[in-house]
Amino acid sequence: MAETKSVIGTQNKKGQTFTDPWKLMHEAPRTPSFYTGSEVIKEAVRRASCDVMIAYPITPQSEAAALIGELFAEGYIGDYFRGESEFAVMSQCAGAAFGGARVFTTTAGPGTMRAMENFPMWSGARLPIQMIVTCRGINSPLSIQPDTLEIAYLLNTGMLVWHAETAQDFFDWILKGYMVSEEPDVHLPLALCCDGFFVTHTKDVVNLTPADMCLPPYDPYRSPVPCMDMECPPVRMMRDPFVMKSNYISYATHASWQQEIWAAVERSRKHSIHWLNGLIDTENTDAEIMIVASGTAVSQGREAIRLLEDEGVRCGLIKVKTLRPWPEEEIREATKNAKHIFVPEFNVTGWLAKEIKATIPNHERVHAGPHVCGGMTMPPEIIVSEIKTALGMKTFSLAGRGS
Amino acid sequence: MSDYRVLPGPEHFLPPAAASMGIRLPNPGEAHINGVIALEEKAYEEAARQFLMAKVPTIFPGPLVLWAWNEKAAKKATAIRHLFNTLKECVQPGQKPMLIPMPDYRPKYPKINPEVEINPNHPNLTIWHNKIDCCMFVGVHCHQANLSLKIIRGGTSCYTIAMCAQAGHEDAMLSFRDASVEKIMRLAETIKRLKGTVQPRSNYSKN
Repeated sequence: MAETKSVIGTQNKKGQTFTDPWKLMHEAPRTPSFYTGSEVIKEAVRRASCDVMIAYPITPQSEAAALIGELFAEGYIGDYFRGESEFAVMSQCAGAAFGGARVFTTTAGPGTMRAMENFPMWSGARLPIQMIVTCRGINSPLSIQPDTLEIAYLLNTGMLVWHAETAQDFFDWILKGYMVSEEPDVHLPLALCCDGFFVTHTKDVVNLTPADMCLPPYDPYRSPVPCMDMECPPVRMMRDPFVMKSNYISYATHASWQQEIWAAVERSRKHSIHWLNGLIDTENTDAEIMIVASGTAVSQGREAIRLLEDEGVRCGLIKVKTLRPWPEEEIREATKNAKHIFVPEFNVTGWLAKEIKATIPNHERVHAGPHVCGGMTMPPEIIVSEIKTALGMKTFSLAGRGS
Repeated sequence: MSDYRVLPGPEHFLPPAAASMGIRLPNPGEAHINGVIALEEKAYEEAARQFLMAKVPTIFPGPLVLWAWNEKAAKKATAIRHLFNTLKECVQPGQKPMLIPMPDYRPKYPKINPEVEINPNHPNLTIWHNKIDCCMFVGVHCHQANLSLKIIRGGTSCYTIAMCAQAGHEDAMLSFRDASVEKIMRLAETIKRLKGTVQPRSNYSKN
């Protein structure tokens, strides 16, 4: 469509070499580094050739947002500023993306909720903005602690929604996320979620790609909708309101438009599988007991499996990496041998268990829990206890020391 | 693989997006016919056959090829004009090839003039008015092309072809991807080669 020459092998103003994304992620040397999740976000963005980052402080993403400000000061980002609120930030992100920029932002908890109106607008306008969501409590009384309830609200916005377990996931998926969401047949925003504090504020060894290599820039002329480029026709496509009339044609067009957004989510499946090596990761899928989880609940589930193995109980694991697109067929296949499916979650409603129940046959196999929320940790022992209780095995109360 | 097939309609009051029915886009070097991945070679033949069978085979060029906003667009426009001229040369008496632009994407109120343009928000009006039974979209932004293709499938019996510069369109009955001047010219060559071997439909379909 556009006459863009490949920039692969050339350098940007910071001396970084634009690198073939697949080679960058799979062949470039990696350096182990001991970083917090927030620092990892900064390092990923350093390599992402972002044009614009818009920030607003809200715990626990504030540190990442501030660190990206340092990147701007160092010259790695085209523009960076603080919005007036999360709602303003997300609206400003839309403006930048409409103009053809690769856009990055971060938010959390009540910030996500405050900005919510923008997310279906982003997907409806086919804007491939990437938003990091460092999940925290959203309800009153106020909590800044880890809680994944806000993800449930994002699932029906038309955005791609991925849930990172570790800082390594975060580093890789920020870069890979742009590759998926900017595909012309996808071209949707990505909410890349993690469990706040557990990932953002703890240090881990993360294997980083070289800092002198970066993604090629975004090409807005591959967009499935016209870029608002006032220099080159076609222009003025956005002048009139889209379909604001009250008649059958307007309704049918809007319905078709909505279907196209979800069709694009479906199309992201192929690209997500390609870049993430599948929408789920599995272990021991022949086991009769399975743990299905996303985010850091996966780590806790993995440790629970080790504890159960010590007691002679064999258990499998499914790590759900993408919530949208939803890995329906993969989960159905991976749970076909399971008699008991446990879904540990860091939220009160159990939205992941509900999704799984709606996906698999014989959904009475699903045990929605254990649940913790409001910042509570999830010791692997409570997952073990939940499983043993369901199996009729003897277990001890973990609630306290007793009388 | 999905059992769903992307076929001429009228399909439904609100037909599903083909992608939501499990139809997948072709990889580079491939095309799809009715939602089934096919060799590009076969797609040229089928597209040419559909054009030559149609009473009113029509090309809908979109904004990306209607303006010479870069050199490639200008060359594509020339190739599309060549394709249209080839079509006119190859059809039989009684067939009426048309070239109707989609100049922009704004809904046209109070009423579109369906003789001079098509619009993605109500493409069925142009199809109905001109009794178009086979059409090809080229140079239309993918989102808008998908809207059009789905609405056409929902309410008309028109056979739809997409000559897409990107990843292709599941909502068309036949879709090329990575469209280029060479591909458009090759379709024209195929039409020329099949001239006289394909009989036009005897009746207008109920579009």
